[in-house]
Amino acid sequence: MDILQIVGLGLAVTFLALVLKEKNPVFALVVSLVAGVFILLMMVDQIRLVMDMLKSMAQNAHLNNVYVATILKIIGIAYISEFGAQIAKDAGQGSIAGKIELAGKLIILVMAIPILTAIVETVMNLMPQMGGG
Amino acid sequence: MSLDVNTIFQIAGIGIIVAMIQTVLKQMGKDDWAQWVTLIGFIVILYMAATLIDDLFEKIRQVFLYM
Repeated sequence: MDILQIVGLGLAVTFLALVLKEKNPVFALVVSLVAGVFILLMMVDQIRLVMDMLKSMAQNAHLNNVYVATILKIIGIAYISEFGAQIAKDAGQGSIAGKIELAGKLIILVMAIPILTAIVETVMNLMPQMGGG
Repeated sequence: MSLDVNTIFQIAGIGIIVAMIQTVLKQMGKDDWAQWVTLIGFIVILYMAATLIDDLFEKIRQVFLYM
């Protein structure tokens, strides 16, 4: 019962952080950060299962390996940047959180360039008078 | 769960103890010592947190950059 453990851990850490926040807020922030890291570490195994399923499905469908790897990387970047942004937001640094999210979005966009190019080329090839030239 | 949840409670305990030491030292009139204690406790828990974050990033790299 992973979910019970996670919810219990989350509640315990919430109250600990509340107690710590009165005395020194930095420690409360680090406790919540470590709790977040723990929950993500417990979830990594589940994410690995989903990723393995996606990979096997892509191999069965004979997809180009580069595209699947790019999509997996994009999902990972989304998770990581969301995590960092939420930690920064918890610390009251909303602008840093916004910058982290911006960097994540930009890097995702840059990594998606090959896929976007492939889509545009496919569409161009579908239009004989424009692309086939 | 396979991971060591004790780290969280260790960090919380260090925080509470440091807060207590800080209060005692301030009552004794040694404000500079109180500040040093806070700083060193913060460095210790930051080291623990950094180790865990490194672990997490390594695992995420394994999962998402596997191909």
